[in-house]
Amino acid sequence: MPGRSAITQPAMDLTRQSQQTFRAIMNALARPGIMQTVASVGAPDGLDSAAAAAILALCDYETPLWLAQSFAGSPSIGSWVTFHTGAPRVADPRLAAFALVDLECDPLDLATFSQGNAEYPDRSTTVIAVAPSLEAGRQLRISGPGIKGAALLSVAGLPHDFTTQWAVNGQGFPLGVDMIFCCGDAVLGLPRSTRILGEAG
Amino acid sequence: MDKHHPHAPPRAAIIGTLARAETSELREAVHAHWPGLQWREAKPAEAGLVMLRGRTGGDGAAFNLGEATVARAVIDLETGERGHGQCLGRDMEKARLAAVFDALWQRETDRDAVERHVIAPVRARIARQGANDAARAAATRVNFFTLVRGED
Amino acid sequence: MYVAVKGGEAAIANAHGLLAHDRRGDTAVPELTPEQIREQLSIAVDRVMTEGSLFDRDLAALAIKQARGDLIEAIFLVRAYRTTLPRFGFAVPLDTAAMRIRRRISATYKDLPGGQVLGPTFDYTHRLIDFALAAGTPVPEPQTAPADTARAPRVTDIIGGEDMIERNPPHDPDAPVGDLTRDPLAFPAGRDLRLQNLARGDEGFLLALGYSTQRGYGRTHPFVGEIRMGEVEVEFFIEDLGFAVSLGEITVTECQMVNQFKGSATEPARFTRGYGLGFGHCERKAMSMALVDRALRADEFEEERKAPAQDEEFVLSHSDNVQSTGFVEHLKLPHYVDFQAEITFLRELRRKHGAAQAGPQHIMPEAAE
Repeated sequence: MPGRSAITQPAMDLTRQSQQTFRAIMNALARPGIMQTVASVGAPDGLDSAAAAAILALCDYETPLWLAQSFAGSPSIGSWVTFHTGAPRVADPRLAAFALVDLECDPLDLATFSQGNAEYPDRSTTVIAVAPSLEAGRQLRISGPGIKGAALLSVAGLPHDFTTQWAVNGQGFPLGVDMIFCCGDAVLGLPRSTRILGEAG
Repeated sequence: MDKHHPHAPPRAAIIGTLARAETSELREAVHAHWPGLQWREAKPAEAGLVMLRGRTGGDGAAFNLGEATVARAVIDLETGERGHGQCLGRDMEKARLAAVFDALWQRETDRDAVERHVIAPVRARIARQGANDAARAAATRVNFFTLVRGED
Repeated sequence: MYVAVKGGEAAIANAHGLLAHDRRGDTAVPELTPEQIREQLSIAVDRVMTEGSLFDRDLAALAIKQARGDLIEAIFLVRAYRTTLPRFGFAVPLDTAAMRIRRRISATYKDLPGGQVLGPTFDYTHRLIDFALAAGTPVPEPQTAPADTARAPRVTDIIGGEDMIERNPPHDPDAPVGDLTRDPLAFPAGRDLRLQNLARGDEGFLLALGYSTQRGYGRTHPFVGEIRMGEVEVEFFIEDLGFAVSLGEITVTECQMVNQFKGSATEPARFTRGYGLGFGHCERKAMSMALVDRALRADEFEEERKAPAQDEEFVLSHSDNVQSTGFVEHLKLPHYVDFQAEITFLRELRRKHGAAQAGPQHIMPEAAE
């Protein structure tokens, strides 16, 4: 366009990019255990590309966002989220539509998030969890809708009591949180309908 | 900051005027007076919605009337000034150009030129159109007169 | 019961091709541009914006072109489009007292500050077809007169000066404002939700309901305190800047209806009121909205609720023409399986009936739903 200059960034097709990310996340939640990749976005320092893309695609002015301590303490990530999405930051995770957690640095307690309510189970928190690896963790066998038979989930950095927490999360069905695990440009979904059968092997 | 009765700084009036400029007015001003200007988008320009509100009975409690499309852009000049552009409609070029002039206005060396080449002509056009609308409406104002009936 | 039926793809594609062809009409006639619709069918554009609940003249004009002038279809297109856009936030409530007035009339006061300004109105036209328009004769420049720069006060404020009209519910900037586009409608709805629903409601439906109140189905004894049409500024608070800025101007029409007075042992009698507001020049809509707004306040004034226009659930549930058309028009979609079930059931009923007529024992048929 006129007035554009040499230092202008290449045109970013925000809509297409966020549609691609949305589709990857949708597939991840529809096919738990199957890794999806998302196109890279200009992520701020300290945030994985997939987590940044998920936030850009899912969060906006109307989705309260809760940042776990490791992110809340970073001014660059906080201002990046506010500037690019306009999502209001909330201090109480029960008010959050989305939460961003680093599995390596932050404690994870699923019961602290919004579980939704009987009329609107969809109003529970979706937890975006940054993991050190999606393949190198202890192997958990999972089953449920979208999984033929059973599948394996090998997210690293999960708290030791995660299996118990997830069982509790499943007991309230159709209430309960959904999780999106992110590492690099990859995402894995763990919807509330998925059951963890136990450790593999 | 009170969102509802903000103390509007002079910059708010500049941004408001830019929102009411024609895209061509802004485009031509850049070409004529700031050719080769360097700037980049701080985030991609986008079109979205703002919910407009009315007030019950005109001055009472607010209600949601309906939305309007709005284009907005945020740009950075290479000298560091950040400009915000937002206007009714879906014209992203206009939002970008409005943001460019908001940023230029913040640059001491360009403020006068922005006011002279952009703000003043746009305001003059808006005033002309407003006066024209008002004069035409005034011609439809009813002047009542009473018919005198009978003698006495 | 709903059963997926496949097939018909080629027929559907060809039907849409034929639709595009018929929309274009005779190619010897120049094609309409959205700009022509925006400029020359502006009242249709305003209606699509008001009921589409989206102020965007270019979009409404394009929707009218695409819909071949079917305004409900155009409204549907606009509603669908708006769902693809993110919401940036809420504007500062419009200040209609600061309107740049292009039309302003009152049926309650002849002489009032600011005067009676007719503006571009159909009122007082003779409703005779103007064959000169068909020939496209040039339009002379409108007359001008020195404009009155004084602010035109609202008529309801003039009556309010003597405390003779009810006060509007106070504006609390921090109070939540219901939003139909985010939360489903629940009853009883607050006046905020009622006004939002009516503002996007079908003009014909509200017109009929408003008319019904005049004919005695929930009478409210209305006077048009004022109708004003013109431009108001849209102000929006920018978080990053920390102050509100103007996004530009929009055209709105506002109707202040002054209705039958009400008093009590503790309160002196005051006029009550109904309110209408819509995008563009939409006078009939704004008046109908104000009549229905007042009728829906029956409970507040301890009026007996017995007419359709006073029934909140009835009015709000049926005012939306996109919802209405969706449910009515879905009837033309395949219901083959439902109907086959009915046929089978009816045959069985008739068989039993025939047997009962012929035989001695009486068989009671089960009632169909």
